[in-house]
Amino acid sequence: MDLDPILLSRIQFAFVVSFHAIFPVFTIGLASYIAVLEGLFFRTQNPAWEKLSAFWTKVFAVVFGMGVVSGIVMSFQFGTNWSNFAQASSNFIGPLLSYEVVTAFFLEAGFLGVLLFGRHKVPAGVHLFAALMVALGTFISAFWILVANSWMQTPAGTEMRDGVIHVLSWSEAIFNPSFPFRFLHMVMASFLTGSFVVAGVSAWYLLLGREKEANRKALSMCLWLILFLAPAQAFIGDEHGLNTLEHQPTKVAAMEGNWETQSGVPLLLFAWPDQETQSNLMEIGIPHMASLILTHDWNGVVPGLKEASPDEQPPVSIVFWSFRIMVAMGLLMILAGVIGVILRATGKLYSTVWYLQSLRLMSIAPFLAVLSGWFVTEVGRAPWLIYGIMTQAEAVTPSLTGGMALFTLIGYIVVYAMVFTAGVYYLFRVLQMGVEDEEPVDEEHDRAMRPLSAAHVTFEAGPYPGRDQDTHAAPLNKGGH
Amino acid sequence: MQLIDLPLIWAVIIGFGVIMYVLMDGFDLGLGILFPFAPDEQARDVMMNSVAPIWDGNETWLVLGGAGLLAAFPLVYSIFLPALYIGVFLLLAGLIFRGVAFEFRFKARTSRYLWNWAFAVGSMIASFAQGCVVGAYIQGFETQNGVYVGGALDWLTPFTVLTGLGLMAGYALLGSTWLILKSEGYIQEWAYKITRPLLLAVLVVFAIVSAWTPFVDELVRERWFSTIEVIWIFPVLALFCAYQIFRHVGKRTEGMPFVATMGLFIFSYLGLIASRWPYVVPPNYTLWDAASAPESQLFLLLGVLFVIPIVLVYTAWSYWVFRGKVKAGVGYH
Repeated sequence: MDLDPILLSRIQFAFVVSFHAIFPVFTIGLASYIAVLEGLFFRTQNPAWEKLSAFWTKVFAVVFGMGVVSGIVMSFQFGTNWSNFAQASSNFIGPLLSYEVVTAFFLEAGFLGVLLFGRHKVPAGVHLFAALMVALGTFISAFWILVANSWMQTPAGTEMRDGVIHVLSWSEAIFNPSFPFRFLHMVMASFLTGSFVVAGVSAWYLLLGREKEANRKALSMCLWLILFLAPAQAFIGDEHGLNTLEHQPTKVAAMEGNWETQSGVPLLLFAWPDQETQSNLMEIGIPHMASLILTHDWNGVVPGLKEASPDEQPPVSIVFWSFRIMVAMGLLMILAGVIGVILRATGKLYSTVWYLQSLRLMSIAPFLAVLSGWFVTEVGRAPWLIYGIMTQAEAVTPSLTGGMALFTLIGYIVVYAMVFTAGVYYLFRVLQMGVEDEEPVDEEHDRAMRPLSAAHVTFEAGPYPGRDQDTHAAPLNKGGH
Repeated sequence: MQLIDLPLIWAVIIGFGVIMYVLMDGFDLGLGILFPFAPDEQARDVMMNSVAPIWDGNETWLVLGGAGLLAAFPLVYSIFLPALYIGVFLLLAGLIFRGVAFEFRFKARTSRYLWNWAFAVGSMIASFAQGCVVGAYIQGFETQNGVYVGGALDWLTPFTVLTGLGLMAGYALLGSTWLILKSEGYIQEWAYKITRPLLLAVLVVFAIVSAWTPFVDELVRERWFSTIEVIWIFPVLALFCAYQIFRHVGKRTEGMPFVATMGLFIFSYLGLIASRWPYVVPPNYTLWDAASAPESQLFLLLGVLFVIPIVLVYTAWSYWVFRGKVKAGVGYH
């Protein structure tokens, strides 16, 4: 069998973008959380808030750094693997991505440095302002990226002339039909991700009996957020789904595993969609539920997959199962919030070991939900790259061979495995160090404005290099290479 | 509408971004290339500390250039990247490794030697790949109807290997002269010592490339030998800078070798542009062919004109803050 450059490019894009997405989805939520902590500290002057903020800022720095590194790769993917798409859509996509870079540039150049390194160098109000601007900056970055993606899902305000997209109305193209839903859904997902990670880490510290006051405050705050945000997210997701039904009915049909256009469609809990036979090999469902959810009518008619010819259908199983994983995670998140409020009412929130343990596990739930959600929307668009305008086959780089695509795919997997293993390992080291006061840092020389240098945690267990006297004499590689 | 030539403005912006990137990331990549040859671990600490506060700001010019190219000259973006497919991957992989190594080396103890290697090898690969890009640009690209139709390894020819090695030597030269400026004692002495051999290597490649380039195609030959003689000013000035490097290393001047190396880069770059102007995808497409729609160029121009001055001020400020010698044993961390 020949290596298919289209399939391999899709896998490559899915791989690098999934890897990239987990970092910003966390930092967007975390940036807002830090801004709130800074605000609370500014108002109350309670040192617990400052302690929490300082700790989570360190975590933010490491995650932001990894997001930047993995983001560099993204800005070249369109050209290397999807050059026809880049060429055709650049009149619109080009400025958007550039504005994203410009925003990040601006943010990193100014306010991030103040937030990370300026705590004792600038007035408290300025520091709070920097925190707010960093949070705002993450939203603006997300805004541009989601505009680009939403436009590819529901193109508007543009027309194709001689194989090239021209913008007719910037406002229509930017605020295209699926954008508001996707943006809200994603921002909410970021808040939930931030909440669950902070809740999970705080629960872990509480189990270890570390820094009780600060961690209780953090946990309590996050659980309130989760209680309201998780159901709100389900509502927004539902609205997003209805929007998708209107603009991309085939995607929704794949999500539901619904082949025929029919009324009274059941909500399938389990099924084995088979593209060959254009049917489900086996299914268990709740009668009429899908019609009720999608049309708000017990017997509503829902379009099926067969409305599109088989070669215009997305890979159904991936969409179908990704959607179920996302929804399952969402329901678990709602449940976690509800149990939290019950335990709070009975006064046992901070002492229920099984609940704190399960919160630790739940830290990964939002990441799974986000990734599977993106799989639903991205795979569900197939075979289109720009929905209804350009297919993936038309978009791929013409000179790209399967061998080249495979080479770089393996290459990226190897590079990411090495680099991000180190990064995630390091992140866990930072988490292990915890919220407790760290040894004082030589502030005078600490003006390097790079995200990762904000975390003063050693890579291995032991004292920080440069602070123990024998570091320079001790390295194993004495004598060079 | 045609009062202003937007593609020309964008060509200047991106051309400016490229040389900013080359000069600024050049010396920190150069330090990475020199890293394995440093006299000892303390010298490596000084080398890293001399660029620690500024290197990532240097690299952001690359990202801005990449995104700006997509927005302003999509044809360049969608021909260069497919044509340089494998090279771009190596470039990115190299940059990722060295970036991460940069951060973790400071925090590492027992694994430090691994990060040393990652930093050096990453820097070398990234520099070599960038040099190949330059060579590939001089060579030109095989295209049809605005689409790259050449092979996967067209960018890897004896000529581009030469430019790859040449840029590595050039970056190493930027690195060593930067180190002269920023270090003292035995480390500075080492930097002085390696500067002349590096300069020689650069000049050898410079000579071969200069002799070779006019034969790449008709237009280049014509430009250098018949039409506009004034462009000979660029190689002459470049050679003058090279002489200044040589002289000031002999006199043990601290600042001039670096300044003259930047001059060498700038004039070689201008010479390169002069040979190919206005072709951005040689041999077929000029910058006006490659431009995106005017409204798109204008839309982004507003943002970029707002941000570039701020970035420049910020960059100047951070270089100012971290001016002066880097003392052994004192880190920015």
